[in-house]
Amino acid sequence: MTGAVQPMVRIQRDDFDVAAEIARLTAGRADIGAVVTFSGLCRDEAGALSALELEHYPGMAEAEISRIAQEALARWPLQGLVAIHRYGKLKPGENIVLVVAASTHRHAAFEAASFLMDFLKSRAPFWKKEHRADGAEGDWVDAKEADEEAARRWKR
Amino acid sequence: MKLIYFAWVRERIGKPEEEVELPASVATVADLLQWLRARGEEYENALQQPQVIRVAIDREHVDHAEEIAGAREIALFPPMTGG
Repeated sequence: MTGAVQPMVRIQRDDFDVAAEIARLTAGRADIGAVVTFSGLCRDEAGALSALELEHYPGMAEAEISRIAQEALARWPLQGLVAIHRYGKLKPGENIVLVVAASTHRHAAFEAASFLMDFLKSRAPFWKKEHRADGAEGDWVDAKEADEEAARRWKR
Repeated sequence: MKLIYFAWVRERIGKPEEEVELPASVATVADLLQWLRARGEEYENALQQPQVIRVAIDREHVDHAEEIAGAREIALFPPMTGG
């Protein structure tokens, strides 16, 4: 490995290509033994939703995810880390978020990806508003205590 | 000082951002929330449960005891629901 690993964080309206992101991370390298990816997708909640509107705080969203990514790099021996979060109006089945963690061995990659997602959920400034399939005004999604708890379990 | 609002805080206050002149008595984030609530019904409606409001100063999370002196941009928003 040469030099410190820099995380790649992107906040974008457009979709991402999971295979292309893995290929970019591993291209020309023979030292990576494990790549873990997590994709979060928009659900329709049994047909009730027609879309989710993702609002974000431009500037802070990227800064906060970068801070979380730097903490992951400090905790696990990673060779690459990617986090992409979309915003705008997303339909059921569409991608919302992608995390890719690469390491020599699988445990670090699994744990780092899980850590990044847990903190991203409770710390990255994004908010989801529901668009209902029946045309009624949708609600803002409530934050879940389970997500806060998931982030707390990484405290040491 | 610039205030920015997101999600239902933005909807209830009725604007995405504004410039405000704060009195010297407003020293902390908690003071700011109290001061804003007194500005009108829409603010009271947005901030009536101040303990649930999350705050960032210059794009970093802070708690309600944080001093706001020197802040350029203060954002108020509900608990986050990304991911």
